[in-house]
Amino acid sequence: MRILVPIKRVPDPYGRVRLTPDGQVDTSDITWVINPFDEIALEEAVRLRERGIEAQIVAVGIGSAAWEEQLRAALAMGADRALLVLYEAPADPGVISHLLAAVCRRESPDLVLMGKQAIDDDCNQVGQRLAALLGWPQATFASAVEISADGAHARVTREVDAGRETLEVALPAVITADLRLNQPRYVALPAIIKARAKPLERLPASELGPCPPARVHVLKLETPPPRKPGRKVHSVDELIAALRDEARVI
Amino acid sequence: MSRLLVLAETDGAQVLPGTLPTITFAQALLRETGGRFDILLAGGPEITDATEAWRGYGAERLLVVAAPELAHPTADRIAAVCAQVMRQSGADSLAGPASSFGRDVLPRVAGLLDLPMLSDVLHVEKSGDRLAFRRPMYAGNIIATVEIEDDQGVFSVRGTAFGKPETAESESAVEKLSVDAASLPQGTTWIGLETGEQKRPELTTARVVVSGGRPLRDAETFERLIGGLADKLGGAVGATRAAVDSGIAPNELQVGQTGKVVAPELYIAAGISGSIQHLAGMKDSKVIVAINTDPDAPIFEVADYGLVADLHQAIPEMLDKL
Ligand SMILES: Cc1cc2nc3c(=O)[nH]c(=O)nc-3n(C[C@H](O)[C@H](O)[C@H](O)COP(=O)(O)OP(=O)(O)OC[C@H]3O[C@@H](n4cnc5c(N)ncnc54)[C@H](O)[C@@H]3O)c2cc1C
Ligand SMILES: Nc1ncnc2c1ncn2[C@@H]1O[C@H](COP(=O)(O)O)[C@@H](O)[C@H]1O
Repeated sequence: MRILVPIKRVPDPYGRVRLTPDGQVDTSDITWVINPFDEIALEEAVRLRERGIEAQIVAVGIGSAAWEEQLRAALAMGADRALLVLYEAPADPGVISHLLAAVCRRESPDLVLMGKQAIDDDCNQVGQRLAALLGWPQATFASAVEISADGAHARVTREVDAGRETLEVALPAVITADLRLNQPRYVALPAIIKARAKPLERLPASELGPCPPARVHVLKLETPPPRKPGRKVHSVDELIAALRDEARVI
Repeated sequence: MSRLLVLAETDGAQVLPGTLPTITFAQALLRETGGRFDILLAGGPEITDATEAWRGYGAERLLVVAAPELAHPTADRIAAVCAQVMRQSGADSLAGPASSFGRDVLPRVAGLLDLPMLSDVLHVEKSGDRLAFRRPMYAGNIIATVEIEDDQGVFSVRGTAFGKPETAESESAVEKLSVDAASLPQGTTWIGLETGEQKRPELTTARVVVSGGRPLRDAETFERLIGGLADKLGGAVGATRAAVDSGIAPNELQVGQTGKVVAPELYIAAGISGSIQHLAGMKDSKVIVAINTDPDAPIFEVADYGLVADLHQAIPEMLDKL
């Protein structure tokens, strides 16, 4: 089977994102990484293959030439080949899902395994939109994935507000990964070197056919106002008194 | 906006209270633009009994789609129903809660109808002759003001950002719509739902939340200390990703960027470092208490009251004295 894994390039989640004085994201000091949820999705694809499912894994990024860095990292983690769709105009989940749908028509995957959410825009939309555009079932927020022996279905456990839900979806389908699906492996140097020989194709987005422009426009970015400073209390008694008499919340 | 559809959050049988803030959002939006809203209740046959409680919020109609095929509201079917109802009712926009249900279904509808979508809307107001929306990005470290083309689209609404809806004088009309079961997507089979026991208030609406992190060590200690303190205060229990990952707490208790967002009157964070991702889910709480052995833990930067102490001593002492 063929598994497509979309990969987004995002700022390191453990760094703090700042704004420049004119209100843009300050990129001067950012370490770029694979979106953590996409890394989990890719790890799951590699594990499915390791569990004996014959799979070709294709990593796809939609962005600038700089995204090659994350796609190379994806190849080192175990993707067989990578596709960089060069697209530099402003994007929103509508645009990205249209481009990914076009990639799916070209690649005919049996499964799209992707992150549930990009940790920069925090939209949590692309997987669901893509499934709708393709008319495929979806299983979002996955914490466990099993492919049936005949390759026709996936059984997916999902993290939902009420607990854990299990669905069976007919393939092809879109599955989006939650945090607890797995712990991505650490990639050792030999794999990184070996990955340099793996194919990485660059494709201008225009070659995928017409794509609608972004329809969500950012007018302004701001950092939220800080909370007013609090104080240290020195004992449990002082804490209880403060909550009772000052804050009046207990 | 001429007509907005509100998608009620359901478990297939009942309409859940998480629907309320979306109604508040709908009222706020339509105050700016004029127009009307309907509420869609989609689920199994029992959903028909749920209408009464939702007639008093100023919706023009409650649109009820009840069918055995919708008893387990999977995204493909609910999205198909939503899209069909929007076409039939002439709705140009859709709003629903930014819950796991809404996050699953709403973007799928946006895909089906090719509409722009805004996730986790915090605020809406008129700016000139356009609508301006606020939403969080980068785990809430940045708040973006955005507009969408034609002011129309799909909105997921962050519950903690919108209070209770206003009640209206006249009652919404109830209209039953039929759905052609054969035309519903067949590609998803619902297998089951495992829920924890629900002996405590619901996390996202509780007045008090007590949360614990990695140093709680095991599920039994977590329950005794964090659960015990929550029960003393009549509150709900929350957890960090580290606590959930190590099996100390169930996944539905995770608070943060990728878990639940809470804003209670009182949030007690015990043994929690205060990572960006955790703060994203609780920093709008009214009063924050942090209990941590490390005086430099980032959680103290957002705490109104910080106690530098070992939680294994401080919490039993609190249980004694409260
Ligand atoms: C993509 C992504 C999404 C994430 N989403 C979330 C999310 O939604 N929610 C979330 O919570 N995290 C999330 N995380 C994880 C987050 O980055 C942190 O790793 C996590 O919040 C840390 O949990 P913690 O505070 O329990 O553990 P730690 O960071 O290990 O902190 C433990 C704290 O306990 C203190 N301590 C130790 N012993 C004691 C004691 N005896 N008494 C009192 N204090 C003590 C320590 O000083 C320390 O400050 C996410 C991470 C990523 C990459
Ligand atoms: N530019 C992109 N290129 C490739 N994949 C993307 C891109 N943007 C988003 N995605 C995928 O869509 C998922 C959800 O993104 P979002 O809906 O923006 O939160 C991400 O985890 C990625 O898998």
